Amino acid sequence: MDFTKPTIEYADLWPMLVVYGVACLGVLVEAFLPRERRFGVQSLLAGAGLVAALVGTILVGRDLDVLGDGAARGTIDVEGTIAIDGPALFLWGIILVFAIGGVLLFAERRLEGGVSSFAGQAAALPGTEAERQASTRGLEHTEVYPLLMFAVGGMMLFPAANDLLTMFVALEVLSLPLYLLCGLARRRRLLSQEAAMKYFMLGAFSSGFFIYGIALVYGFAGSMQFADINEAVRNDLGNDALLLIGLGMMSVGLLFKVGAAPFHQWTPDVYQGAPTAVTAFMAAGTKIAAFGALLRLFYVAFGSDRWTWQPMLWVIAILTMVVGAVLAVVQTDMKRMLAYSSVAHTGFLLTGVLGVQQATELSDGEITSLQAVLFYLTTYGFAMIGAFAVVTLVRDSGGEATTFARWQGLGRRSPLVAGLFAFFLLSMAGIPLTAGFVGKWAVFTVALSAGAWPVVIAAILCSIVAVFFYVRVIVLMFFVDGDPAPGGELAVVTRPSVLTSATIVVGVAATLVLGVVPGPVLDLAGHAGQFLR
Amino acid sequence: MFAFHEGGAVPVVDPTSADGVFSLLWLVIALPLAGAAILLIGGRLTDKWGHLLATLLPIGSFGIALAMFVGVLGRDDSDRQVSQHLYTWFETGHLNVGMDLLYDPLSALFLLLITGVGSLIHVYSIGYMAHDPRRRRFFAYLNLFLAAMLMLVLSENYLGLFLGWEGVGLASYLLIGFWQHKPSAAAAAKKAFVINRVGDMGLSLAIMLFFITFGSTSFTVISAGAGDASDTTVTILGLLLLLGACGKSAQFPLQAWLLDAMEGPTPVSALIHAATMVTAGVYLIVRSNFIFELAPHAQTVVVVVAVISILWGAWIGCAKDDIKKALAGSTMSQIGYMMLGAGLGVAGYAFAIFHLLTHGFFKANMFLGAGSVMHGMDDDVDMRHYGAVRKAMPVTYLTFAMGYLAIIGFPGFSGFWSKDKIIETALADNWIVGLCALLGAGVTGFYMTRLMLLTFFTEKRWEKDVHPHESPSVMTVPLIVLAALSVLGGVMLAGDWIVDFLSPVTGVAPHEDPPIPALAVTVIAVAVVAVGVALAWFLVGKRDVPREAPQDVSWVTKAGRNEVYGNLINDTLVVNPGRHLTTALMATDKYAVDGTLTGGPVAIGAVASVARRLQNGYVRSYAFSVLAGGLIVLLALLVVNAA
Repeated sequence: MDFTKPTIEYADLWPMLVVYGVACLGVLVEAFLPRERRFGVQSLLAGAGLVAALVGTILVGRDLDVLGDGAARGTIDVEGTIAIDGPALFLWGIILVFAIGGVLLFAERRLEGGVSSFAGQAAALPGTEAERQASTRGLEHTEVYPLLMFAVGGMMLFPAANDLLTMFVALEVLSLPLYLLCGLARRRRLLSQEAAMKYFMLGAFSSGFFIYGIALVYGFAGSMQFADINEAVRNDLGNDALLLIGLGMMSVGLLFKVGAAPFHQWTPDVYQGAPTAVTAFMAAGTKIAAFGALLRLFYVAFGSDRWTWQPMLWVIAILTMVVGAVLAVVQTDMKRMLAYSSVAHTGFLLTGVLGVQQATELSDGEITSLQAVLFYLTTYGFAMIGAFAVVTLVRDSGGEATTFARWQGLGRRSPLVAGLFAFFLLSMAGIPLTAGFVGKWAVFTVALSAGAWPVVIAAILCSIVAVFFYVRVIVLMFFVDGDPAPGGELAVVTRPSVLTSATIVVGVAATLVLGVVPGPVLDLAGHAGQFLR
Repeated sequence: MFAFHEGGAVPVVDPTSADGVFSLLWLVIALPLAGAAILLIGGRLTDKWGHLLATLLPIGSFGIALAMFVGVLGRDDSDRQVSQHLYTWFETGHLNVGMDLLYDPLSALFLLLITGVGSLIHVYSIGYMAHDPRRRRFFAYLNLFLAAMLMLVLSENYLGLFLGWEGVGLASYLLIGFWQHKPSAAAAAKKAFVINRVGDMGLSLAIMLFFITFGSTSFTVISAGAGDASDTTVTILGLLLLLGACGKSAQFPLQAWLLDAMEGPTPVSALIHAATMVTAGVYLIVRSNFIFELAPHAQTVVVVVAVISILWGAWIGCAKDDIKKALAGSTMSQIGYMMLGAGLGVAGYAFAIFHLLTHGFFKANMFLGAGSVMHGMDDDVDMRHYGAVRKAMPVTYLTFAMGYLAIIGFPGFSGFWSKDKIIETALADNWIVGLCALLGAGVTGFYMTRLMLLTFFTEKRWEKDVHPHESPSVMTVPLIVLAALSVLGGVMLAGDWIVDFLSPVTGVAPHEDPPIPALAVTVIAVAVVAVGVALAWFLVGKRDVPREAPQDVSWVTKAGRNEVYGNLINDTLVVNPGRHLTTALMATDKYAVDGTLTGGPVAIGAVASVARRLQNGYVRSYAFSVLAGGLIVLLALLVVNAA
């Protein structure tokens, strides 16, 4: 058998390769540079790599080939395994933007008094002499930057993967570094390690589903490539059980990653336990990448027969919104509340996934579901990363103060920070003139035009419930007197360095601009066109 | 004349672009918005003069509104709709949602009401809030409210209207909870916000349905295309719009927030919860006449909701001892009349707006009067602690009396003309509805007389250390102006002026001879009101009023005091099921999964251990849930695709 060298289109792939390259370089830096110089080099390297990749994404995006009828643009590269098309590049762009935000938060050292918020020495057991030594010597883990870069690389590959195996590899590349990052908190280390452990075990469990599903779908279609699977589904090869079970199992893997009910339960534990900078990055990045992959799988591979999977997604979407919104109401911890609210957002996004996909099925002026979901992901990412960045600022003597009781009357003590947080919450609640409103409006409209009105009604009901818990936090900050419970203390806002401030300011600005003039970004999402088939 | 769509009785919205004085349209909104921005951003720097600036800006808006009104009077009927394009909010593909403004006779009247009454209330607030440490903030919120309210009535499309709609909701929330040291105020603010969201759900669904059906949210496009939509679609649209209107206008079944909203400072109650914001629902229905005219079933529902609200609100008004809550019940009832007018279609739209305007005058007048009384009575709101206040506060008394005569419909006063027209139209439409409206008028006579007697007449029942005094002139001058408007508001009906003026928007009703002569209706209405007044005189005025509310009262009074059990109904139907759902979900989320494996200890003390285990859910139960979820997904796929 002859071996043909695969063609690799470096000209299209280089933004992703830069990210992987910088990640590898970061490992070398860890090995060869003296400890005290690593922080500066690593953080600059990561930041520069991400900015370069972002510039690259824009450059590649500018001269994508328009295909056939103009509905899609891009090429399928690396022997059909990676699709560099409009939606993939749009997702790359926003993933990179949020990754840059992540690096800024990772590099914040003022809040902890000169060290980062990651454990000094992750291998030291909590409460031991080794841990004490690590903290007195001011050790810190600069491996977090290469880990972050690998995760970003995985996130970029995930929505661009055009065959089942590449998708699986991407899933693991994005997940493994995150499992590690979650366990690296400097404070409350047991909670953090427990979160990492849970995330890892459940992630492995759901990956098992995913790979089993891949095997079954391969058995059905006889190919790993999405285009071939699509062809097989269209021609209905007659082995439906294989297809259905395979599709179901792959969905479990993806729905786990996006945090849809009933696969959501890791979300609050992990969001709460992980260092908040990681949570911020993960909440935005993982969800974007996983939704990109989910959209591509359902629209490209299984797109020709969407009535097979739509009823299932209807149920999941409704369940996710109800669970997320209702359970968020009873939370008393800010990070858990945001986690459940992110579950609810997953439900809203799934509502958008149910919409009409093909521009040809729409009348003039209507937006496609892909466009709506992409826009929603953008708005969601900015609000989430901004909100978690604010959470890192609100502290008491024990570090970040995330219980509600500590946040009482924060609006009186620090009106600016509390006001910014309230603004993010209002956007998540979908109040007009914030980005969240336009996003919600877009996904609900596309779902409604596809006839999914029961889901839309459930979505609107849930968004009312959601308003309730967001407003509860605003009331807590502005309208409740700051009387600490006996023995408790009130949190205060610690002044951050320019890194965190920049992340928050960009988040606020983007949330406002996307709410007032959403046109350009909606256009860009529309301009991205459809997935390549 | 103006264009109609096929088969409809309602004109199409077809504005020309703004020029001359109309090009200042954006400024009407921009002035108060700038005020809010300056006061909020300027912070303490603006403490000294902020409230004066915040008062001048709405007066400026009023000036522009007046100039435009004069301008529009000078134009032909067909030329009275003007639009102004500000900027494009969304534009993607062919979807284009602009920030466009529409100035037509309907928005012209609203503009005058909002900026006019708004300015007066700003002036009044200078006195009322003089000693409040957070005065600047109060004025900033008031300006924010005005900007949002003006956006609501000036937008040319439903999305812009929704923006204003949410904006007034937010401002109302901030102002109800303004005295944040009172937990009751914070709770009331939250309640108002949440109930309003239920209404907003209706409106937002309607907007999405507009968008899907017509590909646009613009009044121009929808009014032209409404005839092509199916009957079911327009009926659903009508009902959804009504749901939105019920939330904002405190109509049955979304009325429960309005009485609690009286926790806000009194100028807020006058401006937002009497004269302007709560009437936005009526505006929405009249503005959407091109939908309702095609949806007779939706119109019937509007009428039913209106009649229930008229009687429900009046019932509450009869039993409350808190002067502001009694007035709030009355507001609900009076908005019911406007809704009734709006539900009666082309024949009633103009009268709904007419009553809305006169109500804006006399109710704002009475709320401000009540505020003035409270000001003199050390912020006591219980009418059982008042009595004979007329001697201590003559100006307040006289101006309040003008409002009183207007609301009960004393012949010649503004309310007489406006309410009479609605009752007349209702009787011509359906005699049961008409009789209910008449009954409502009688009850209005009763509860307003009761309020008047308890406050200004009967013997004094104040504590010794309370010294009622007349309010400063900065507060009484707005009262005098509003009292004058309450008396003279009826002049708008002279020669059917308001009907003709609004006809480019609402259409012209075909002339029909009423089943009962108009004069007879008037006489009957006045007689019914007189009975109500007399009843109040015998039950309240002739008896001693105890300082404490008696407890051994009939169920009618008890129900009225409890707001006809509106809160109980909400709790039973919505809040408690919601709580149960939450508890059940929490239990499922953390326990049922575990419990199915280990037996049934879930039922015992599940809730107690929630707190303990909240932080550390077991991985095995999570994994089980993933497994179970996977099975559900597979089953769903197999079942759906088995067929």
